[in-house]
Amino acid sequence: MTPARAERLIRIVAPLLVGMLVIAGWQAIVWLEGIPPYVLPGPLLVGATLWHDGPSLLASLAVTLRITVAALAAAVIVGGAIAVLFAQSRLLEISLFPYAVVLQVTPIVAIAPLIIIWLKDDVFLSLLVCAWIVAFFPVVANTTLGLKSADRNLVDLFRLYDASRWQMLRHLQIPSALPYFLSGVRISGGLALIGAVVAEFVAGTGGTDTGLASRILEAGYRLEFARQFAALLLLAGTGVAIFAILSWASRRLIGHWHESALSREE
Amino acid sequence: MAAAQANAAVIALHGIGKSFRNGVEALAGVDLVVAKGDFLTLLGPSGCGKSTLLRILAGLIEPSSGRIVHRDDLLRRVGFVFQDPTLMPWATAWSNVYLPLRLAGEARRSAGPRVSAALDSVGLDGFADAYPRQLSGGMRMRVSIARALVTDPELLLLDEPFAALDEFTRFRLNEDLLTLWHERRCTVVFVTHSVFEAVFLSNRLVVMTPRPGRIVADCAIDLPYPRLRDLRTSPEYAAECRRISGLLDQPP
Repeated sequence: MTPARAERLIRIVAPLLVGMLVIAGWQAIVWLEGIPPYVLPGPLLVGATLWHDGPSLLASLAVTLRITVAALAAAVIVGGAIAVLFAQSRLLEISLFPYAVVLQVTPIVAIAPLIIIWLKDDVFLSLLVCAWIVAFFPVVANTTLGLKSADRNLVDLFRLYDASRWQMLRHLQIPSALPYFLSGVRISGGLALIGAVVAEFVAGTGGTDTGLASRILEAGYRLEFARQFAALLLLAGTGVAIFAILSWASRRLIGHWHESALSREE
Repeated sequence: MAAAQANAAVIALHGIGKSFRNGVEALAGVDLVVAKGDFLTLLGPSGCGKSTLLRILAGLIEPSSGRIVHRDDLLRRVGFVFQDPTLMPWATAWSNVYLPLRLAGEARRSAGPRVSAALDSVGLDGFADAYPRQLSGGMRMRVSIARALVTDPELLLLDEPFAALDEFTRFRLNEDLLTLWHERRCTVVFVTHSVFEAVFLSNRLVVMTPRPGRIVADCAIDLPYPRLRDLRTSPEYAAECRRISGLLDQPP
């Protein structure tokens, strides 16, 4: 086996092994201590619940996922556009950046009720706005940094050849910023999911389409912890999947030239 | 003689001074006339303002004082090679060389033959599709030179382009640069801190000293062209290097 293949195998096997050990230990404790399922359900019960409730949980997941994907798309588009504006005008950046930070540090649980009340005609939109507020900052911050990190000498070269502002942006700043942008998007992907779930929590079970967060709340009220765990498991899996998809896309886009995506031997 | 030189001047600097915002005086009272067809080297220790002078020649920075006169339209026909290859890592060698033409609004197709010719002229035919990271340091520098040549510049400016390369590669590139200069009959201004490199390459050598950057000597190097590898071990070359080193040691 080549070292590269061996490493790929370890990458898959090692985390799986850790997961299996933790699950086995968890089941063992539940059995040995005789812990009742309304205090801590064992993984076997959670698995069975996931199997049993799977279809209805997946339907709820689809609702949450729609908000997540829309919020991420909005974060990428609006965040990218804001970053390009910032890179064009230093004054604009100085004037507006603090407010981006304000939005970033405002606890979403505190302002979500307001947003939900203001946009009460459209539940989807209000949840989307909440998730977007959580998700957009890494894209703005990273892309702004990336746009300004273009090689100084290349900037001089572009000036030497009388490049227009647009050419500078299109052929130098945007490609330079791409790795930063993609790294921001990967962070935003997870945050969009968190934002969507938190917004659903705040909105409660009142909505007509019920997302995964509402199912978690509902299961909690009924002390159905196995179902709660099953829903959490789905959520965790979704987070990992989002990260994996975005990482894959990132490698596809910059893998042929950027250091971060190259293997050592190349 | 003076009149003839003035006629052939590509670019002339009169009393150029440059102070940076932090108060450092990089250049003071620099007069320099670059004649058409010169291979002129700016030689001096680090911090003598030679790179600043080169950037002023390129129009990349404005002098704080003094006057620049260039031939009409010259600034549109300048090629610049930086100390680092300064390539776009996301673009192939071909696209890097195409950049100046692309910025001038030329379509890929019509620019194609010139881009390929520029790559050929630096010996990189066959590497058009390689990304910079796949190329050695010397090859990257060749791409950088091809990019500067693709617009067929009248004035080629090089800022210590070979300083970071190993000796074998540097010697090869020195020889190839002389060949390109000979074939294209362009004017070259070359910055280096190596006496040996300066003597090997140039027909005219300008010696600078620091604090503030000034020109202390401006002399011809009368070794015959073509200058080939053998020259490096010849007594005439050694004597010329000794003479120039003496100029550098002079108290200001």
